[in-house]
Formats: sequence, C-alpha cells, structure tokens
Amino acid sequence: MAADPKKTEASEHHAPAKPRPAGPIIIGPKELPAPPKAVAARKRTSLLLAEYSTPAKCLHAAEKLRDAGYKNFDAHTPFPVHGMDAAMGLPDSPLGYLVLCGGLTGVSIGVLMIWWMNGVDYPIIIGGKPGFTLPASVPIMFELTILLSAFAAVFGMFHLNRLPRHHHPIFESDRFRAASDDKFFVSVEAEDPKFDLKKTRVLLEATHADAIEAVEETVAGESPKEETH
Amino acid sequence: MSTHPIKELGEVALTEEGMTFHDVTETVASVTERSAPRNWWIALFIAASFAGVFGAAVGYLVWQGVGVWGNNAPVYWAWDITNFVWWIGIGHAGTLISAVLFLFRQKWRTAINRAAEAMTIFAVICALMFPGIHVGRPWLAYYMFPLPNSMAIWPNFKSPLIWDLFAVSTYFTVSTLFWYVGLIPDLASLRDRAMGMTGKFAKVRATAYGALALGWRGANRHWQHYERAYMILAALSTPLVLSVHSVVSFDFSTSVEPGWHTTIFPPYFVAGAVFSGFAMVMTLMLIVRAVYGMKAVITMKHLELMNKIMLVTGTLVGYAYGMEFFIAAYSGNPYEKYVFMNRAFGPYSWAYWTMITCNVVSPQLFWSKKLRTSIPVMFAVSIFINIGMWFERFVIIVTSLHRDFLPSSWGYYRPTAVDVCTYLGTLGLFFTLFLLFIRWVPMIAIAEIKGVLPQADPHAEEHGDHEHHDHAAESDAALAPGE
Repeated sequence: MAADPKKTEASEHHAPAKPRPAGPIIIGPKELPAPPKAVAARKRTSLLLAEYSTPAKCLHAAEKLRDAGYKNFDAHTPFPVHGMDAAMGLPDSPLGYLVLCGGLTGVSIGVLMIWWMNGVDYPIIIGGKPGFTLPASVPIMFELTILLSAFAAVFGMFHLNRLPRHHHPIFESDRFRAASDDKFFVSVEAEDPKFDLKKTRVLLEATHADAIEAVEETVAGESPKEETH
Repeated sequence: MSTHPIKELGEVALTEEGMTFHDVTETVASVTERSAPRNWWIALFIAASFAGVFGAAVGYLVWQGVGVWGNNAPVYWAWDITNFVWWIGIGHAGTLISAVLFLFRQKWRTAINRAAEAMTIFAVICALMFPGIHVGRPWLAYYMFPLPNSMAIWPNFKSPLIWDLFAVSTYFTVSTLFWYVGLIPDLASLRDRAMGMTGKFAKVRATAYGALALGWRGANRHWQHYERAYMILAALSTPLVLSVHSVVSFDFSTSVEPGWHTTIFPPYFVAGAVFSGFAMVMTLMLIVRAVYGMKAVITMKHLELMNKIMLVTGTLVGYAYGMEFFIAAYSGNPYEKYVFMNRAFGPYSWAYWTMITCNVVSPQLFWSKKLRTSIPVMFAVSIFINIGMWFERFVIIVTSLHRDFLPSSWGYYRPTAVDVCTYLGTLGLFFTLFLLFIRWVPMIAIAEIKGVLPQADPHAEEHGDHEHHDHAAESDAALAPGE
C-alpha cells in the first residue's frame, strides 16, 4: 500500500503544493563566494545539504556519495532508516565493547565492596554465618553490573556521537528543521577532501533532491549568530 | 522486519491507514503546544490537592513518629510495605513494554511505550517514598547506603532489604536513562517546531527543549550508536525488571514466616507485577486516548493485545494462588496450613475474596473477543485489577503477620487516617507527575511511530502494489492536507 505512488506523493505535501520548475530548488551561492568586500562578517560554506521527500531517495543518495568516495557526509532522518548504515558504508558500532567494560567494572566493584566491607573491615556475624559469602552477594553484584553497563551504554553512546553539541553549522538552515518531522537530508561537509561546491552539487542534483542548500557559517569578523538549538 | 501488514494473514496496520510522517509529529507534538484543556486543569487541581495531603501526612508522620500509623505488634509491616510493593509492581509494566516487547520485535509497543515508561518512573518515585518514611527517622536513611558513617559500620549486605535498596535504585536510574534516551529525538522535534513558532514562550520552549535534545540532528552516524544503545538498554532492563520484583519478594521469602517462606514468590511476584502494571497502563491510556483523541495511534488492536497479556498474567497469578494452597497442604506443616486456611476463612477473608474476585475472576472476561474489545469493560476490569493487586499485597503481608506461631501474640491490624491519607496522597503525587508529563513531554514516541509506518521502509517504492490500486482514490481523499 505504501508503494502507491499517488499516496506517497500526497503524504509528502502537507503544505499546499505549488507548481515548481523541474530540478531542485537551489539555495545559497552557486560558486565559491567572492572575496569579502567589507570587513563585515565573512561567510564560509561549511556544508551542502540536499533534501529528499522519501527515505528511499535519501538512501540512494547516500549510496552515491559512498560510491563517489566521500567520507564526511551524513544522512539526517526523522527516524533510523533501515539499511542506511550499509548505504553509507559505516562500520559496526563499537558500543558493545564499552558496555562490556562497564559491566565488568560493576561486578568487580560489587564483589570487592562487599568482601572488603563485610568480610574484612567490619564483619557482621549474624546467626554464625560468615562475614563474606558469595551467594548472598549475588543480587547486589548483579544490580551493579546492570547499573554500570547502563551508564556505559548511555554515556558511551553520547561520547561516540559527540553529544551534547548544541551548535552545529547545519542548524543555520531553516529547511533542516523538517529533518525531525518528515523530510530526509543528506549533508556533505566542506571538510571532506573530495568536497567541491560545484562538483558535489552536480552529484547531489543527480539524486532527485527536492532542494539543495549551501549552508554557510559565519567565521571571523563578527560574533557568531546567537541561536539556541 | 517489514512494516507492511500482510493482508492475507489478517494483519492490520499499526496506526490508522494513511497516516503521514507529518501527521504523527502533529498529533503528538501539538498536545504540548496547545493550551491545556479545561479538564486537564481540573484533574491537575484534584491530583495536586491529594499530593498536598501526602505532604501533610508525611510531615505529621515525621513530626510524631511511626506510631501515627496502625502498624503495631504483631503487624509491623502493613500499608507502607503493601503500597511499596504495589507501586513497584505497577512500574514493571512500563519496563516490560519498553524492553521485553522491544527485544521480541513487538512493534505495537511503540504506541504505548513512552507513557508506560513515564508511568514506571512515577510509580517507582511513589514506591521509594515508603521505605524512606517507614524507617521512622528518614534523615538517617543514608545508613542503608555503603557510606562511611559515625558508627564506622557498614551495611549488612546479607540482608534482603539492602538487596532491595540496590535493586530499586538501579531500577529507577536505568528506567530514567532508558526513558530519556528514547526521548532525545522527540525533544529535537519539539525544539525544531518551537524554532518556527512565534509568541511569548516560543523562545523559552526552543531553549528548554533545545537544551534537553542535546543538539540532536537526526544524523545516521548518531542513529547507528543510538539504536545500539537502545537495544543494549532493552537487553539490560529485561533481566533487571525480573530481578527487581524477585528481590522484592526475597524481602518476604527469605524470612521464616509461614505464608512468606515459599520458593514460588519470585515468579509469582513478577507475574503479579506485570499484571498490575498493564492494568494501570490500560487505565491511563484509555483516559489519555479519549481526552486527547489519540485513537489513530493507540488503536483497538493495541488495547486488545494488552488485554490478552492481562488475561495471561492474571491466570498465572491465579495459578500461584492455587499452588500456594497446594504446597501448604502438601508440606504437612501445621503453621503453613493454618496461615492459608486463615487467609481464606479467617478475619481477613473479606480481603482475600476481594483479591480473588478482582484478580482471578475479572480478567477471565477477556476470553471473549467482544468483551476484550469493549472500552467500558476493559476500563472497569483494569480498575478491578488495580484494586485486586493492592489487596494481594495486603493479604500476603497482613494475614501472614497477624497470626503466626504464637496465639498469644495474635492481633488484628486496622489502618489509621494517616495510613489512608499517605496512600491516597501517593496516588495524588503519581497523577500530578503524570499530568505534567502529558502536558510537556511527547506522550507517544514520535520517531518510533514513524519508523513503523509502511512508508518508512526505504524499499516501499520498489514493492509490488497489486492489492491497492482500487483504493487509491479513497486514500487520496482521506489524505487531503488538513491545514
């Protein structure tokens, strides 16, 4: 049913559809910016952003960028798109190893804490039972394993993703706000060795993008725009 | 993996047909953006009043001491621990829905997991109040933690009460982390919507949701680690949730008290916890669904599946009640036998039969498809189960304690007004927190719902479309943009 082309079209346009010339909307400079005339804010293109209306188009664009040898590019989607990791050529997430370390730390802390506190430092002898005993320590060892594994999973994920990061050039784009709603984006960073404003744009234009935007970042000369994201 | 319902197997879509990605964002996020309906204010006023009663009751308790409760020889544990176990149990359904159903790839969970997880956190907050206040001198509650203190003594780690402390506080921490991680993409949705808004509070909203969203930009390089973290958290929470109620049951089963000292307690408590938790989720979701018009997302299919889980767990609990009797008879232990006869036919038999009626009899209505798809019936049954599960804990605790080995120390427990106010007060606290949650936080997981829509599959356009050509015209009409 989702394959119904009419329906997919309809679902993309919640705003009244306007007739549009063929080809993507182009926003931002088409060539590399001319040298600044005044001493005012200097702008630098920091990334190219292409907008798509369906996950499939976005996925295929990511495949093209991967095949063209780009490295600093990303897909931005409202939900994780199945198969995108492969389309982008990403290696597997190493998070599991961090969690394993967290869990081992937890179980070690648990057993050492109980052994030292109840077995060595101040044995509490009740009913003639030994100060430290493994079976009675299992529940707390287990809970601490889970607790530290969970910390490793969450904070390890934040570390791998370099979050929190409240300022990012991509937020300069107004269209990008739809990335958390119903649009799919591919971004190519200017830092990528293969990045070339013209060539990369031509590549993205061939991916059925709805819009292509060169997102600019204010560099020196003026305090950066104050905006909270 | 496919999100396409297979019509030939009688599968139906998880949301109303023809929902778009934007519809999902709009339906869920707009609740936090509109001004609250008048009924929300009325409900908040009532709930906050009860929360105030809780504050007063606890203040009086701390001022006077635990003597203001009805607990006394021989029933030293009464409503406080009953309430503690009841609230913890309610929390368990949230974790079950968010973690266990996630691992089993039960995609229908996406409609209810956010609210259920919030319910877990609030229920655990209410539960944690009771061990905190029943120690009598709450300012010394830190003695339970392995902290250096003035007596140079450490906690006794062989005590199930200390296991319980670790289990419940780990449970609270992990549930909160799990909930927050799930919220990050949705907070980013709210942030991005607030960026486009004008009005007095648009800037405040953008700043607040923006700070909490941590700069989430939906990047696939992030989703990759995020999804892995989410799956690992689900895999960690699953044994955790089973361990928490098992450890709670150890509080009882490691004692030598007849009626408590049984090996069936851990699985029996876990089944009961899931049962009561689903009932509370059902009560809350039925209210939210009606008040906020979430029928397109929380469909009858979801409600029916939840009712089936209640039927299963209710029957498991009924089996445990029967097995307890059998083991008491089979053991040949006169104290054990007496406790169970006394439960069913002694001075607290009214509580026992209330429990049986609510927990074992009422869910059996769900064998009938007609009854388990009827909103009034499921609402009534969910309330019955909530009551019945409270009585289960009351029966286990009070009937076992009030007559144990020595007839000379038998007694009859009666709650005082402070007991009642404390309990009703935690209900007020719970509902206050829940109402604030549905007002300010996306109550349904926006990103997850989008992920289970048929058009979320990147191969959707490549699939054959043999069955739906004739419906295309109607679907288009239904999809006409609302704005």
